Amino acid sequence: MIIALGEFVEELREVGIPVSMVETIDCAQAIQYTDLASRENLRATLGATLIKSTRHYAAFDRAFDVYFGLEPVGGPPSEEEESLTSSGGQGGDATAGGGGGDDGLFDGLVNALLGGDRDEVRRLVSLAVDRYAGMQPGRPVGGRYYAYRTLRRIDTEALLGRLIAAMKEGRTEREIEARIERERAAEFVQQLRDLLEQEITGRLIADRGRRQVAHSRRLGLVEDIDLMHATRVEIEEVTRAIRPLARKLATRLSQRRMHGSKGRLDVRRTIRRSLGYGGVLIDPRFKAPRKSKPEIVILCDVSGSMATFARFTMQLTHAVSSEFSKVRVFAFIDGLDEVTAYFSPDIDFSDGLASMLREADIVRRDGHSDYGRSFAEMWERYSDAVTSRSTVIITGDARNNYRDAGIGSFERIVDRSRATFWLNPEPRRYWDTGDSVMSTYGAACDSVDQVRTLRQLEVFVERAALPVRRIRALDAGVTTRYG
Amino acid sequence: MSDTRWRMAHGRYALEMPGSWESPADVRSSLEGVGYLADDKIAQVVFLATKLHKPILAEGPAGVGKTALALALAKATGRRLVRLQCYEGLDESKALYEWDYHKQLLRLQADAGAEWDELEGDIFSEAFLLERPLLTAIRSEEPVVLLIDEADRVDFETEALFLEVLDSHQVTIPELGTIEAVTLPIVVLTSNNTRELSEALKRRCLYLHIPYPTIERELAILRSRVPDMPEQFAEQIARTVASIRQIPTRKAPSVSETIDWARTLLALGVDELSDSVTASTLNVLLKYQTDIERTAKELSLELDAEASPE
Repeated sequence: MIIALGEFVEELREVGIPVSMVETIDCAQAIQYTDLASRENLRATLGATLIKSTRHYAAFDRAFDVYFGLEPVGGPPSEEEESLTSSGGQGGDATAGGGGGDDGLFDGLVNALLGGDRDEVRRLVSLAVDRYAGMQPGRPVGGRYYAYRTLRRIDTEALLGRLIAAMKEGRTEREIEARIERERAAEFVQQLRDLLEQEITGRLIADRGRRQVAHSRRLGLVEDIDLMHATRVEIEEVTRAIRPLARKLATRLSQRRMHGSKGRLDVRRTIRRSLGYGGVLIDPRFKAPRKSKPEIVILCDVSGSMATFARFTMQLTHAVSSEFSKVRVFAFIDGLDEVTAYFSPDIDFSDGLASMLREADIVRRDGHSDYGRSFAEMWERYSDAVTSRSTVIITGDARNNYRDAGIGSFERIVDRSRATFWLNPEPRRYWDTGDSVMSTYGAACDSVDQVRTLRQLEVFVERAALPVRRIRALDAGVTTRYG
Repeated sequence: MSDTRWRMAHGRYALEMPGSWESPADVRSSLEGVGYLADDKIAQVVFLATKLHKPILAEGPAGVGKTALALALAKATGRRLVRLQCYEGLDESKALYEWDYHKQLLRLQADAGAEWDELEGDIFSEAFLLERPLLTAIRSEEPVVLLIDEADRVDFETEALFLEVLDSHQVTIPELGTIEAVTLPIVVLTSNNTRELSEALKRRCLYLHIPYPTIERELAILRSRVPDMPEQFAEQIARTVASIRQIPTRKAPSVSETIDWARTLLALGVDELSDSVTASTLNVLLKYQTDIERTAKELSLELDAEASPE
């Protein structure tokens, strides 16, 4: 057990989950009080001692299933099995509707799922894997393809339909009920998926050993998702993680604003303090100054090349604007428009984004980014938005399509602001290549950060708390590095 | 290490822990006895907390019973509950201890001719100490349950205040020295995850994520809290609420809102969830107008009482 635990912890660390020495020891102690007959008890114990954030649960569960998962019903893949399946050749059948021609496997699955008979589902899943997965021994794969292949042949769509139909009997046509049925059916299919993945994982382990399988089935953490190429599911995960970050950014920025200034004399604490010196008022104490809400101005490049990333920055904006009262948001492509109203916390984010893209006046000519023109418009039309109390955050790749950078307007905006930060989703090594003019703008900013993942955003948020002078000093190093 | 540490590690305090819990199942039944329905995971983590003497950090959405867990633990073990409600700006003098300076001033004035050394020793003695929740929990002769509620509300720096209490069950007061726990408290911290707590704090705790309950568990909760409810109707309610939670809203319905809803429906004398009943009582479940509208749209409910042409 201790050896398995050691390997498991090592795996978690490799995924990127911070597990300390102390936590590992706690875990080993906790295992003594755990009834190991139940897998879920072990999962609860390991989860409580090793994982300290919900963001890490998915990756933890994946690793747990590899290290402590169910034993597979079937054996490891062998050569014969593979030849058996390839002789099948009835690819079209399963999709034809309800999978009639597979000697009751499909019906069996429907009944077992509805009846909640887990063992039967597992047996049938194992049968399906034998038949459809076409597993080949020794191949260094994560099994995703095998699962996909099996599920396609079982035909999950038809399965969903059958499950819903079976539950529907005797029900009315109400939307709520239909929803509930759909959700239940989806849950059953998910159950099937999970068991299937476990079966395949189990067989792969028997074939190649745990460490290897753990490595190839590893699930990345939310904070490492590449925001430029995130899938829909990944974006949903990111969305959930954004709100705490937005709040942190809010508190960090308000801390910055109070830096170095003291509030009024605190009579009570001064007297209390004086008692240490026999009642002589030797050490005046001050009240913490009231935290004032910082003003934030966000400028987002929402052009085509930035599409996925813009969605993320808009999401961050949405989250930030529910923390701050004074946020103004501007979107630009080759023109710039104020879009604050679309991101008020009362409006659903997706609706707001859709209507913004439809209605906002952000395309003047060809719909390719024009930073120079956008900054010029910002200065001409909205210069009142930027004051000595505002923090300006610009998100964009600074790819200006070889147009005039309009550095004059940009510098005027920067000079008037309290601080200006630029977040660029492109990897640092691409800056200033091609039509990117990052260093032209970057030289004027307080900092320029590569923000491509939540982890990097977090680093930025931490840094945003530093007093401006210090950031400038830090940034001097950065500027020379790329410029 | 000091004598204290040794005693701590070797069981002087262990005697004070609820000895009756020998397994998670015990925990579960004893919590159920006071009306808290724990699932396997909660029972397991609580059991570990009492065995390893570690604080529990309960995190999850609002209204899933994080605070209720602490209350139930106090009831089930017959301990007193000491509660520290966290908020932005909470400081040492509100969380740990404070010197009663009024009393100290009085003492100084009452006895102007006294020797300084004597006075000093006197005014910084326990008689002039005001206990705040953390110190109360540590000094209590009777074992207590310490609830640090909404720990994510305090400023990042203030979290450090909890650390000494959490890992070595002691409080250091510069003028008095270190005060050690006489009895070991059961500590529960809750967090709504509005921000990440520090690594240092999390490392010292057992992490317990409490999500929205499964349909089965919510149904069980409904059964115990609204016993008059017909079984089938309760199931319908639990399923509907679970479905509504899938809709992205600003504030998803909490367990207590489910209970409120069930009670409302019962009071209205309905025994079936029709569309019109759901639409007219949606405001019990959801507290934002935008959420209500969105949910109504998703469920194709007609919000206005006026008959629609359809």
